[in-house]
Amino acid sequence: MAIDKQTLTHLQRLESEAIHILREVVAEAEKPVMLYSVGKDSAVMLHLARKAFYPSPPPFPLLHVDTTWKFQEMYKLRDRMAQESGMELLVYQNPEAQERGINPFDHGALHTDMWKTEGLKQALNLYGFDAAFGGARRDEEKSRAKERIFSFRTASHGWDPKNQRPELWNLYNARKNKGESIRVFPISNWTELDIWQYIHLNDVPIVPLYFADHRPTVERDGMLLMVDDDRFPLRDGETPVMRSIRFRTLGCYPLTGAVESTAKTLPEVIQETLLTTTSERQGRAIDKDAGGAGMEKKKQEGYF
Amino acid sequence: MTDTIADPIYKTDALIAEDIDQYLKVHEHKTMLRFITCGSVDDGKSTLIGRLLYDSKMIFEDQLEALQADSKKVGTQGQEIDFALLVDGLAAEREQGITIDVAYRFFATEKRKFIVADTPGHEQYTRNMVTGASTADLAVILIDARKGVLTQTRRHSYLAHLIGIRNIVLAINKMDLVDYDQAVYDGILKDYSEFARSIGITAFTPIPISGFKGDNITGPSANTPWYKGPALIAHLETVEVNSATDADKPFRMPVQWVNRPNLDFRGFSGLIATGSVKPGDAVRVLPSGKTSSVTRIVTLDGDLEEAVAGQSVTLCFADEVDCSRGDVIALADNPPQAADQFEATIVWMADEAMLPGRPYWLKLGTQTVSATVQQPKYQVNVNTMEHLAAKTLDLNAIGVANLSTDRQIVFEPYADNRTLGGFILVDKITNATVAAGMLNFSLRRAQNVHWQATDVSRDSHANLKNQKPAVLWLTGLSGAGKSTIANLVEKKLVRMNRHTFLLDGDNVRHGLNKDLGFTDADRVENIRRVGEVAKLMTDAGLIVITAFISPFRSERDMVRQMMQPGEFIEVHIDTPLADAEARDVKGLYKKARAGDLKNFTGIDSPYEAPEDPEIHIDTTALTAEEAADLIIARLIP
Repeated sequence: MAIDKQTLTHLQRLESEAIHILREVVAEAEKPVMLYSVGKDSAVMLHLARKAFYPSPPPFPLLHVDTTWKFQEMYKLRDRMAQESGMELLVYQNPEAQERGINPFDHGALHTDMWKTEGLKQALNLYGFDAAFGGARRDEEKSRAKERIFSFRTASHGWDPKNQRPELWNLYNARKNKGESIRVFPISNWTELDIWQYIHLNDVPIVPLYFADHRPTVERDGMLLMVDDDRFPLRDGETPVMRSIRFRTLGCYPLTGAVESTAKTLPEVIQETLLTTTSERQGRAIDKDAGGAGMEKKKQEGYF
Repeated sequence: MTDTIADPIYKTDALIAEDIDQYLKVHEHKTMLRFITCGSVDDGKSTLIGRLLYDSKMIFEDQLEALQADSKKVGTQGQEIDFALLVDGLAAEREQGITIDVAYRFFATEKRKFIVADTPGHEQYTRNMVTGASTADLAVILIDARKGVLTQTRRHSYLAHLIGIRNIVLAINKMDLVDYDQAVYDGILKDYSEFARSIGITAFTPIPISGFKGDNITGPSANTPWYKGPALIAHLETVEVNSATDADKPFRMPVQWVNRPNLDFRGFSGLIATGSVKPGDAVRVLPSGKTSSVTRIVTLDGDLEEAVAGQSVTLCFADEVDCSRGDVIALADNPPQAADQFEATIVWMADEAMLPGRPYWLKLGTQTVSATVQQPKYQVNVNTMEHLAAKTLDLNAIGVANLSTDRQIVFEPYADNRTLGGFILVDKITNATVAAGMLNFSLRRAQNVHWQATDVSRDSHANLKNQKPAVLWLTGLSGAGKSTIANLVEKKLVRMNRHTFLLDGDNVRHGLNKDLGFTDADRVENIRRVGEVAKLMTDAGLIVITAFISPFRSERDMVRQMMQPGEFIEVHIDTPLADAEARDVKGLYKKARAGDLKNFTGIDSPYEAPEDPEIHIDTTALTAEEAADLIIARLIP
């Protein structure tokens, strides 16, 4: 494959940048880990890691901070990808959340806080990881647009947006004291469209829920929810209805709104994405807390 | 305000709807341009970015609704949409109505994907602008047509030029507010051209625009028939990007990581900085200078026939040459040089001022070394470009200074190669990134001064004295008893037939260091010199005892690094400040408290106690005699 230097495309540049970042962390961190949420961004990040270290398997484990409320299809793909990539898969579930039976139906914001934010901190402390890759992108949300690629965290996992390390050229400062850690975002500069295009061009395996299919759903509080298992408590008068739906983002199934769609192929999904008039995080409840600074506040507390 | 926004010009919706596969093919071949926008909110910067995002459909309906709500609540544009709120993402920025940090925004047109680094305009955020500029191919410098070339215009232009941005767009904005008057535009153009030439900007592209009304943004405006140049987007879509220019330079790739899955495979992974590489190419590994040839360019998608600047690859060699992280793989017959002394331009980015002589980590490409910066030759006034005398560099200061590294690094002048010429400095204690710098050239003396090999080795010196050389480094507050204990230790060692030498803080300041005062910078230099002297004495086989306050951890660590492993013994003479002050043998604390003595350790200058000293002496529990015995017992078990 010959390359005309004039046509080093934006995807080639983004891919090279991400691979460079992944390698820098492996070279400089003591114990890196990749946070793997099984979503499309994680899928791309994992694929990039496989490219970065080929023919070696990526020299770090995958960590899934599990809430026990993910879609069944996500658990299936997670286990398959760990096996295919030859990487160790660590699954962490916050035992306290488990014990108290924290769930998205009864506990609202506490569910995210305990399973995800607390669970992540506990897992990182338990294994002593000093660098964690995450699949966040700057185009997702306002405070993320300002976050560094190497994002420094205090020993208590806090993020100080006003005191970030300057990040120049592609020189990343991975130095830290004991107990401190860095979160690293190799796909910071990718947009939602870039992700889809990359998945399309590289045949990156993704959860089938991104494609339209007939699935059991109920409409609740303006969201279309999928009844993924029998833990879904139906309210009076609710009966699951089969609808052709798909998901733009994937999280805990009771918190993730579906869109009605007939897009069954990647080009069709991309087509829909491009013609839509709402942002992808619109289907998620998490960004809307605490006014305009919801995500910034969560990140200061240690959310990814 | 939404209805004043022109129709989105990127008329791709039809193609997306009708032939998504064709659309994807087009998108797949887009190139990428990174640029920064410089100017303050008043220049209409946020409005311009908001428009670019809106016009390219990067603002969705739900975001627009949120923006409308925010504009009413905290906006500065009355009932109209305040686009600044879209770009200023941090709570503090939204509250104060200013941009503090760099924000990255994304949009795309038919031809290109764009990453905009939106950088703050105020002087106190110079470091943020430099950060945003470091990855940019192009800078858009905004001027308010009503105000013309201002101090900040000059500052932004200087910084963009300093960081090596060759494509500069002068966007003369708010043309609608001066009735699209060509004379206003021409006047500003003339002023700016003169200034640009004076700082070495040879070419720039001026465009009269209105971010608010949309003139000359996406297409030629009917309001400026006298302007014949490209609209802003058309220019951004066609200007040459850095990676294309980099591909024409000689091949260089800093090695990030050695890939060794098994005994049969050894590959060298990195991002190609400049040039291109093919299997069969002769390459040289630096700094060792060993040569080999490339056999394969390995990727998960199969081997490549060629790879160019900007690509991350893994190379295999024909020979088993030694090559590891920090080395640079280069074209065999045109390699870069290695050196350890340089002139550099430095942008200071930390609240704590630069300390000449203090060792910092220097990261350049994939090389990390210890480096010290000398007192600046001058500092640049970023508003007037005047050269000012400077002893140090404060936050946001830009200066030129010589620096030396503790070993040779492979480099090229920044003007030729951003990757091999740009570096960051990292504080060794806090690990904060404290500066960014650009190597201008290496100093000749580094190339011409060589180590003279001598035949009598340091081992022979030590053997002759029948002892193991060491440095007993006593550190502690003034009045802690360092000199007293050091003196006792030396007396006892001499009685044991050991060859010793005592370097005392006060005594050294009468001779070797009599030109130094007590500022932080002078304290650093004081310790550096003492360290070098102590090192020479250990080379001569002596046991050196030093008694210096040596308040900073970094400098004590610097001396530790100079010595052979195990030969540096840090002794913390630990006395509570109240005790030392109560004793006040020399009456110095009294003077310091009265304000007659500045920069006195413990009073108005910090003492950084050792975290893990080899020997810890608690003077409240031990007499000087006992302390001396304890130190000797640890030195000679």
